[in-house]
Amino acid sequence: MQYMLMAYVNENGWTNLTQAEQEKGMAAYAAYAEALTKAGIVKGSNRLRPTSDATVVRLSDGKSQVLDGPYADSKEQLGGYFLIDVPDLDAAISWASRCPAAGHGAVEVRPIWEMRR
Amino acid sequence: MSVEGGEQARSTADEVARRSYGKLVAFLVARTHDVAAAEDALSEAFALALKDWPEKGCPASPEAWLLTVARRKIIDAFRGRRRTEYATEQLHIMSEGLKVAATAPEIPDQRLALMFACAHPAIDGAIRAPLILQAVLGLDAKTIASAFLASPAAMSKRLVRAKEKIRQAGIPFRIPEREELSERLNTVLDAIYAAFTEGWTDPGGADVIRRDLTGEALFLARLVTELLPGEPEGLGLLALMLHAEARRSARRQAQGEYVPLAQQDPALWDSRMMAEAEDMLHRAGAMGSIGRYQLEAALQSAHVYRCRTGVANWKEVVQLYDALFALAGSPVVAINRALATSELLNAQAGLDAMPKLESDPRLADYQPYWAARAELLAKTGSYDEARRAYDIATGLERDPAVRAFLQQRQAALPLESLE
Repeated sequence: MQYMLMAYVNENGWTNLTQAEQEKGMAAYAAYAEALTKAGIVKGSNRLRPTSDATVVRLSDGKSQVLDGPYADSKEQLGGYFLIDVPDLDAAISWASRCPAAGHGAVEVRPIWEMRR
Repeated sequence: MSVEGGEQARSTADEVARRSYGKLVAFLVARTHDVAAAEDALSEAFALALKDWPEKGCPASPEAWLLTVARRKIIDAFRGRRRTEYATEQLHIMSEGLKVAATAPEIPDQRLALMFACAHPAIDGAIRAPLILQAVLGLDAKTIASAFLASPAAMSKRLVRAKEKIRQAGIPFRIPEREELSERLNTVLDAIYAAFTEGWTDPGGADVIRRDLTGEALFLARLVTELLPGEPEGLGLLALMLHAEARRSARRQAQGEYVPLAQQDPALWDSRMMAEAEDMLHRAGAMGSIGRYQLEAALQSAHVYRCRTGVANWKEVVQLYDALFALAGSPVVAINRALATSELLNAQAGLDAMPKLESDPRLADYQPYWAARAELLAKTGSYDEARRAYDIATGLERDPAVRAFLQQRQAALPLESLE
């Protein structure tokens, strides 16, 4: 089954870190991504630019409305994701618990809605 | 159709339902991960049995007969679903798997795996016990709702949602690996104990549904100890529940008045059940891994010993509560430890050991806190404060017999405080 591991972290926390701390943080994520790749389960992963770079679009009365900023203001923001393919939820949870974001934020585990081709 | 044939079919079906319902559900869920579909297919199979058996006679193996019919029903149901959900080859694999397994000489018992799926940490804690009662024992949502003081509509909605999650989120259907077994088993045991305590809240037995839940919980705990005999906490839970169950008839007088433990007549206790509880506790103790349920069972055992022999054992009791508090600190443990401390030392020491309302606001509407406080205040001679505490305790109690008991205690307080 495929699961999306969504890393929710406080993005302000990142800018407040010293350069050495940021490097350490990056290294932890790189190691995690490496472990996922070695296990042969990763289908895709990306880090997202901060929510200050986000734009929200919705259609209202047939006109598109464009708003600066994220969809929802929250304490922690979606900062990146890992799409993995593992046998079951327990395996997905065990990978989520190793993600560095689980330590300084939270990781949401969502099964992919599998579509029949 | 002969009358006897109909009766025989019904009693055979009832017996299979009682003995094998959970086994049949577990078998189907293991291969489809779909609890709701398994329950539906099985209930259709039972309905068909009641029509078919009186005419053609009961089959040699009623379980295999039911399973074959349920298997066909479940495949039909899946075929009828929107094509986005199941690919043809997926359906084929599922149907072959069901066919092969259904013709095996004996139906494998996968009820434990079913319980682990129902009590998975990814399932909302409050719905785990109801889910186990429904999936393993076949209790309907209305019965479960009544036991857990919820509306039938809300309960059935939450059950449906939990089953959807098991199916869609890929919750595994297996007994967890050795290293995580005891932690995961705890969630199963907690769910069984929740079912037991819900059944226990009405010991008068005015409500048949709730009384029956204690029996169902005992059945589930026995099942766990049979399937996992090497897990001491399973034995501990069974010992704890057997101890409580053994005192059931002593907890009420003929007219339904509540009788606290210290005033119970040990002759009314079920000594066979207590002996079984003690045996379980010893077996668990020999495994050398202590846990919450073993400690709670040991406390029950200590209380029973004291009441039977008259030998005060409050020091051991306080020590057991200390250990329990270190392992599973909760207001209820702290309150009971304070009450035991008051017996060991004096009422003031008990009051001092009580958890503080200022540091835990949950205590404000927690009946045992106010009842314990009232008792201790009465003993220290602070009758006015005791009276107020009894008022709150009485107002928070939902069992009329306990309410009457608290009012009686309050009425017996002297008017003047000793302070």
